[in-house]
Amino acid sequence: MSNETLDFTATEIMTVAASRLLQNGTVCFVGIGLPSTAANLARLTHAPDVVLIYESGPIGAKPTVLPLSIGDGDLALTADTVVGTPEIFRYWLQGGRIDVGFLGAAQVDRFANINTTVIGPYDAPKVRLPGAGGAPEIASQAKEVFIVLKQSPKAFVAKLPFVTSAGYLDGGDARAKAGIPGAGPTAVITDLGILTPDPVTKELTLTSIHPGVTVEQVKAATGWDLKISPDLKTTEIPDAGALAALRDLQARTAAAHGQLGGEG
Amino acid sequence: MAKITPLREAVASLVHDGDTVALEGFTHLIPHAAGHEIIRQGRRDLTLVRMTPDLIYDQMIGMGCARKLIFSWGGNPGVGSLHRFRDAVEQGWPHRLETEEHSHAGMANAYVAGASNLPFALLRGYTGSDLPKVNPNIRFVECPFTGEKLAAIPSVRPDVTVIHAQKADRRGNVLIWGILGVQKEAVLAAKRSIVTVEEIVDDLEAPTNACVLPTWAVSAVCHVPGGAYPSYAQGYSERDNSFYKAWDPIARSRETFQAWMQRHVLDTDDFAGFRRVLAESVKEAV
Repeated sequence: MSNETLDFTATEIMTVAASRLLQNGTVCFVGIGLPSTAANLARLTHAPDVVLIYESGPIGAKPTVLPLSIGDGDLALTADTVVGTPEIFRYWLQGGRIDVGFLGAAQVDRFANINTTVIGPYDAPKVRLPGAGGAPEIASQAKEVFIVLKQSPKAFVAKLPFVTSAGYLDGGDARAKAGIPGAGPTAVITDLGILTPDPVTKELTLTSIHPGVTVEQVKAATGWDLKISPDLKTTEIPDAGALAALRDLQARTAAAHGQLGGEG
Repeated sequence: MAKITPLREAVASLVHDGDTVALEGFTHLIPHAAGHEIIRQGRRDLTLVRMTPDLIYDQMIGMGCARKLIFSWGGNPGVGSLHRFRDAVEQGWPHRLETEEHSHAGMANAYVAGASNLPFALLRGYTGSDLPKVNPNIRFVECPFTGEKLAAIPSVRPDVTVIHAQKADRRGNVLIWGILGVQKEAVLAAKRSIVTVEEIVDDLEAPTNACVLPTWAVSAVCHVPGGAYPSYAQGYSERDNSFYKAWDPIARSRETFQAWMQRHVLDTDDFAGFRRVLAESVKEAV
């Protein structure tokens, strides 16, 4: 069954599923692109008191449209306060005040490590990606981390060419042994399903599959032999309210910027 | 005391070949006009520092101003890649670009340490990341009190920092509001500094906390209205997103890039001239 027979797209169910994980009152350090869309959707629906912090300095941002980039003026104008970038990283993130780090990625591996640096060797890259930004410290210091990205064999690779930001490193207790304070990525939300780490091995396991998607499809979009939870659930379809809120937000964004929210 | 001076003179006297130069701005208030003036004056062999190198660094790298880049995220914000930066890293054009790569937290702390006259910055950072494997300037030290392992990186101490701000008064006290980035720290970490501003006024009429830099902490203040274009200056101008999108095809090929730079930057006298010629070329394209 293809998604065309349903009245929402794969990107929409991914965004709504990601937003649902964010609870009201959560303090969330937001990455640009898909994380920002999902976090703002949560704020506009079930989590009106979620606190959104962007690395450019806005704390408690309530943008009316999705930001094109991480330092948009609307983020500053709608925030409870705006502080300098050093303060964001020193007092608010390193200070242990962030519940959830919400990140995107170019690539993830089976232990939810993230690459946003290079494809190919570092000194002779095939593709030079933008780099780390705030992610290494968000991934290590937020109390937990959600990762949202589209699933494909190029994005879900068995071994990353470069680990920009730590997930569970080599799995098991490697993360805790390395002295990384936060609990790490607790969910990877994709356009096909939701992957969560095995409690012991920390290997990403498919625990929820979006309606209309087959397990074979998810396996084919994963660059390793993906483990499927024996207790595999079907992701709840987006409710009409969330879908309408998402579409309104994107329509407002398109009208304001001539494009959807940015990636950088 | 900051000298209030034309931008051309400020760049001529304060930015030298071989300098370490930081043009800071976190999406907001990016000093494009000053970057263009550095390109016009043909500076070479610069070590460029910036948390978020974007279009103006793409232009400076593509024009051969930079020998080295110290950074933490390089891209065309909201659009995609920096093609001149990638060409320099991937193909060595116009020449090989040395890079020193950090995270944002590392860079922000390195500026704070620079502003604080400390030799290095200390942070909880980089654990589990491969960045320390490729950057020998990311090291780890033991806390003398608790024995914890902490990351250390050298301070950023630019020869000159350049920023754009909203307002200065006639004495050169500088006001910035909205997204502040690391502008204050970058200026205080530097030996010399240039601040281009939207407006010079008799009285800042500012709340007590809003004067980010007192005049005596700045070398030169230059009146360059719109000098952040195509980025924005809160309260003065919006980001011109169409330019960010237009930059992608211009920068993709070396030829279109060089022709664009020749017409819009090298063949213009100043930023006002750039804005006039850009308006003409946008009109021609329509």
